[in-house]
Amino acid sequence: MLGAETVELTSGWFLENAWLVGLIPVIGFAIIIAFGKKLPMKGAEVGLASMAVTLVIAVGGAIQWMQRTDAADGAGKEAGGLLQAFGRVLPQATEGEAKPFIDPVVTTWVWWQNSGLEFGIGSSIDGLAILLIALVAFISLLVQVFSVDYVRGDRRYTHFFAAITLFSGGMLIMLMAENMVQLILGWEIMGLCSFMLIGHWWEEDANSRAALKAFFTVRVGDVGLLVGTAIIFFGANQWAVDNLDSNGFNIAAIQAWALSGEANTQFLLWGAVALFIAAIGKSGQFPLHTWLPDAMAGPTPVSSLLHSSTMVVAGVFLVARVYPVFWEGFNIGTGGLSFIAIIGAITIVIAALLAFVQDDIKKVLAYSTVSQLGYMMLGLGTGAWLPAVFHIFTHAFFKCALFLCAGSVSHSGSHHSFDMKKDMGGLRKKMPITFTAWIVSTLALTGVFPFAGFWSKDEIIDNVGANSYTFLMWVGLGGAVLTAMYMTRATYLTFFGEPRGAAAGEHGGHDDAHAEEHEMEHVSVGAPEPRSLGAAANAHVDDHGAGHGDDHGGGHDGGHGDDHAGPHESGPLILIPIVILAFFALFAGFANPTPLASRFGEGVELMKTYVEPRATPVVAKEFLAAGGPGESASLVEFVVVPSAESGGEGGEEGAKKSGCGFDAPESGTVCFFPSVSHAEPKFTKILLSLGVVAIGYAVAIAFCIAFYGRRNKHLVGLTERHKVLRGGFLFLKNKYYLDALYENVIVHAVAHPIAKFANWINQNVLDATVNAVGIGTRKTGEWVYDNIDQKIVDGAVNGSGRAASEAGHALQPTQSGKIGQYGALLFGAATVGAIVLVLVNVS
Amino acid sequence: MLAVNFLLLAAALFAIGVYGVIARRNAVMVLMSIELILNAVSLNLVAFSLMTGAIDGQVFALYVIAIAAAEVGVGLAMVLMIYRNRKTIALDELSEMKG
Amino acid sequence: MSAVILAADSVNVAQNVAFGIIAAIMIFAALNVVTTKNVVHAALWLVVVLSGIAAQYILAAAEFVAVSQVLVYIGAVMVLFLFGIMLTRAQIGKEFGLNNKGWALGIPVALGLFGLLAWVILDAFGDDILPDRGPAPTVALSDQFLSIYLVPFLAISFVLLAAAIGAIVLARKD
Repeated sequence: MLGAETVELTSGWFLENAWLVGLIPVIGFAIIIAFGKKLPMKGAEVGLASMAVTLVIAVGGAIQWMQRTDAADGAGKEAGGLLQAFGRVLPQATEGEAKPFIDPVVTTWVWWQNSGLEFGIGSSIDGLAILLIALVAFISLLVQVFSVDYVRGDRRYTHFFAAITLFSGGMLIMLMAENMVQLILGWEIMGLCSFMLIGHWWEEDANSRAALKAFFTVRVGDVGLLVGTAIIFFGANQWAVDNLDSNGFNIAAIQAWALSGEANTQFLLWGAVALFIAAIGKSGQFPLHTWLPDAMAGPTPVSSLLHSSTMVVAGVFLVARVYPVFWEGFNIGTGGLSFIAIIGAITIVIAALLAFVQDDIKKVLAYSTVSQLGYMMLGLGTGAWLPAVFHIFTHAFFKCALFLCAGSVSHSGSHHSFDMKKDMGGLRKKMPITFTAWIVSTLALTGVFPFAGFWSKDEIIDNVGANSYTFLMWVGLGGAVLTAMYMTRATYLTFFGEPRGAAAGEHGGHDDAHAEEHEMEHVSVGAPEPRSLGAAANAHVDDHGAGHGDDHGGGHDGGHGDDHAGPHESGPLILIPIVILAFFALFAGFANPTPLASRFGEGVELMKTYVEPRATPVVAKEFLAAGGPGESASLVEFVVVPSAESGGEGGEEGAKKSGCGFDAPESGTVCFFPSVSHAEPKFTKILLSLGVVAIGYAVAIAFCIAFYGRRNKHLVGLTERHKVLRGGFLFLKNKYYLDALYENVIVHAVAHPIAKFANWINQNVLDATVNAVGIGTRKTGEWVYDNIDQKIVDGAVNGSGRAASEAGHALQPTQSGKIGQYGALLFGAATVGAIVLVLVNVS
Repeated sequence: MLAVNFLLLAAALFAIGVYGVIARRNAVMVLMSIELILNAVSLNLVAFSLMTGAIDGQVFALYVIAIAAAEVGVGLAMVLMIYRNRKTIALDELSEMKG
Repeated sequence: MSAVILAADSVNVAQNVAFGIIAAIMIFAALNVVTTKNVVHAALWLVVVLSGIAAQYILAAAEFVAVSQVLVYIGAVMVLFLFGIMLTRAQIGKEFGLNNKGWALGIPVALGLFGLLAWVILDAFGDDILPDRGPAPTVALSDQFLSIYLVPFLAISFVLLAAAIGAIVLARKD
């Protein structure tokens, strides 16, 4: 052990009371449910207020975390590390000096104890947690601002805000979780809110079916979560109790156990597999991605908040959080082809391909989300932890902005329709701000310099390649091409070309019959949508951002009256969040611009400094000794390991890797994070990715103009003429027949007979047993009644009564009233008595 | 003379009187039987007085006679009353008890 | 035992004989009292019994008692009985029989009683000889009556008074 230094770690009010971020939205939810309808803004103000307070706490916590990190790093003693970082220049050769481990700020209360196992609830704030907490709070606040106008007039306005506030609370609870139990709690709250919000207009059958599909599909994954937690608990508990005075549910203990080298590989492997299955379900990876596009049946704010930026990254968060388990379980560090990376790569491609055949703009974005989540998983699966987390950060901004733009378009441009082919087109002139934000976000999504996506997505691809997964790197690059192409298609159909349908000002049949049609299904599961451009709506699918049925009754401000005039720009409450998000989509990448680090120093890599946990062995002394309520615990000692540590800083491959994650830590120390390698950005690779994207754009723009614009004769109807192309098209249109597989084969053929069999057992075996017991008891009762009660008991009672009666009857003659008899009795008795007396006395 | 003579005689009379009380149906006959019993007792008393020489036995015999007279008087008065009420003095017909 | 009775001392042979005859008559008469079918006959047989009792009293050297017996019992009580029979005669005749239904029960009772008494008497007094006394002086009786048994004497006069009044009250025709 090299000189152990004790470092004073600062804390702060926000860090220690970060558990409030989980509590305040839940209280907000309760208030909205109880009083929302009576409030002037129908509960929206409570939601907004709770999110604003949460954001303040989150930002305060982030600032204090950065101060904490700076204090530990020994540089920048002033507050406001963000600004400091830009000016700070650290020497490049920090090889020999390992960064100290910044332990999380933990505030927990023990809420249940059982045979030495203590369950805590509270917060454990480290870089990852506070980053995502601030992100979720920020995005939630913006979406709620957006929803105030977007959802106005809805039949369940108050409940919408209640559910969305509860969702935020649930996600925050999960993010700040210190143990797996609390993580599962937050996870399940999110699942519940997702169900409630997707099925917000549950009166339409398709919406409730989509909500159920989402819930059940994620539930299949949740089995993995519970099983994985259990496996890891049984693996880690003893070690945690022995070494860390903790238990097998504590996340930090799990991390340390996984990296300790003493962990049973089977537990690690199967625990990792099970937990990853949960991530597959929640984050929409192949093969459980089918619920995400259907989840677009919910209102647009829901899609933008839950199903793009925050909830679906819960799976990614899970993997990132408990990363050591996956690192060791799948041997990510040693370059093996990990399960996670494969699934991620498959997801990238299939989702991107599916985005090409969608007519619904939200579904395009949904598949794009699935694809981007695939990128994150790919990054995590290949050891690129930081780029994946950074991609969560940037993706939230531009994807949320894209969804909100889609909502803005439907709200004010295409008359609540989301069908690009039928009701959109040429909207860039009428909705310039929305158009600009859309373009900015698209460029960010596709990874164009200097927008946010470039810094994060290309980092992933770069690191994938650097960790010698060359094939996967090309898959990632191919995904980038596809992303550019389908986004171009969507952009062209929405904003360019001639206005069609509602965008052209047609909204035929605006009577109440039309209102009913608007209540129709938003999603058609498995049925190919008719492709016809033009002709206004008889069967167009749309969602009801503003309760179209109510529109006719008025109360729809700024909308309906104008709608008859055609598409227009949306109101400020809708546009301001979009603009803010687009701003971040533009600049968020500079939070960790790795390619610029060589020029400006490592200080510009804020994510790496503040978010990525340090892979330093630590003396496990007084770790998490949160024995009492509300106690924070922090490590007081750390150990600096000699310089032969994390390779990969300088070289791309071949350097011997050592340190946490590769070697077992010395006894008495624990590791919490493996030494992940960071690829050195090279100019050639940057050019490669940019070039690939540029090619994609070029091809797509050309195709769109040719196909949609000029209706090139050779291209139109291509899929109808060419059998192979038609087959491929139908294959994509039917989503690879996966839905059919799941519902008809698995659910129908497998689950159905199982369910019927279970029902049969229930009716004929269990119920029969119960009934038999009941009948048997009754018969026994009857028998007892007839024989024992009637004959024996009653017989005894009657018998005694009869005996008394008979005795009375027998004695009756003595009371005959006949004097002679009385006399006889008298004298007879006297005689007998006298005889007895004489006999007694004489003998 | 042996003492037992008187005593046995009295015992015989007593037994006969008892039989009469039990067996007789007429109330007056029963009263007569009671007289027999009383007289048997008186005889006993006198016999004992003779045996012991104390005069008390005879005194008691006189008392018994007097009481017997009173008793007969009252008894017959009652019988008369019963006869007036029920027109019969057959004892088994005077009972109103059933069974 | 009969030998003992008969073979008494010479002075008392006459006594014994007399006693025996009178006792026989008495027993016979008493049996008739309780078995005759005629009430009047029963009363007359009772007179015989009472007379025999009086005679026995004399034999037992209790003359005053004997005389009182005759006076009171035969003179008053039996007359009373006869009056009673007369006044209540109408419904009773020889038709019904004078024994009630359970008369058979009386026989064992009576026999048992007699047997018991006889055994006790013989057991206790079997060999006692009655002393030979002269007639008891009436003076001795009156001495007893008016000194030791004065209260019972007065009481009995009250009893007789009460009985007389009571009888009158009971037998009135109101």
